[in-house]
Amino acid sequence: MIWWAVLVTAVGCYLLKLAGLSVPPRVLERPLIERVADLIPVALLAALVAVQVFAQGHDLVVDARALGLGVAVVLLVLRAPFLVVVFGAALAAALVRLV
Amino acid sequence: MTAQPLDPRERRAIIRDSLGVGIATGAYGVSFGAVSVAAGLTVAQTCALSLLVFTGASQFALVGVVAAGGAPLSGALTALLLGTRNTLYGLRMAPLLRFTGLRRVGAAHVLIDESTAMGVTRETTAAARLGFLTTGISIFVLWNLATFLGAVAGEAIGDPRTYGLDAAVGAAFLALLWPRLRGRRNQLVAAAAAVVALATVPVVPAGVPVLAAAAVALLAGVLTKGEPADEVAR
Repeated sequence: MIWWAVLVTAVGCYLLKLAGLSVPPRVLERPLIERVADLIPVALLAALVAVQVFAQGHDLVVDARALGLGVAVVLLVLRAPFLVVVFGAALAAALVRLV
Repeated sequence: MTAQPLDPRERRAIIRDSLGVGIATGAYGVSFGAVSVAAGLTVAQTCALSLLVFTGASQFALVGVVAAGGAPLSGALTALLLGTRNTLYGLRMAPLLRFTGLRRVGAAHVLIDESTAMGVTRETTAAARLGFLTTGISIFVLWNLATFLGAVAGEAIGDPRTYGLDAAVGAAFLALLWPRLRGRRNQLVAAAAAVVALATVPVVPAGVPVLAAAAVALLAGVLTKGEPADEVAR
């Protein structure tokens, strides 16, 4: 089942890339398509953050991951590089679980 | 190539900047590899994702849904929805890169956030191609090496929650989201999407909350008719 998901994702993501390089730019000039294409990554990433940090199966919980997210926000505000943000959050969560 | 060749100084500057971005981005394939194995994928499946999908947010999304106990195919659907932004990048890059035939087929595979960011600001086709390809290819090589290392190390180190790797995924998504949060409308959409996702977590299968949140983007796109779109590429 996971292999199918890998395959579908690989083929689909490649075709999405190729389509962008191949489609005439006029398509993008439709305002509705432009707006939705702009907003979809925003909505998806925000939802992924929320679910990844606060969901545990079907329950909503606040645990060490929330602290990690807080640390990530601080690091992002300080304009830390991507890797520092990711591993800073991991380190914070790991440390709070040790305590 | 093009009528205007690059002068050596500009060429060196583009290569240096692109390699810098490439190394910084490629290295965090380690965290993808570790997170993916922690989610229950095998090392082979993890490496196949980095080789064949090669777009970080989509890869994290797929393994994130699987980690949460969701159906792999709903993870794939989430990954594809996230992959739609590469289509948008392609539309922006096509007139700059002017690739045709086989070169377009090859270039499409390295069409991602960073290669677009390092190509889209250039004034000539030669400069755009150099920035785009140097970034894209260096990330591809390093991302795949790092994925393998992270996956193998991840299998060896046991429960990833001990090391906070579950928190690392949320942080990675937030870091990808961060540059898109300029503008009131994007902030509202992000907040609404997070609320919709969390509100649906208790009642629908894992993976579906994220897809439900995508509907927020559609709705907001339709409702904010007449407002100009915010800047997409960094």
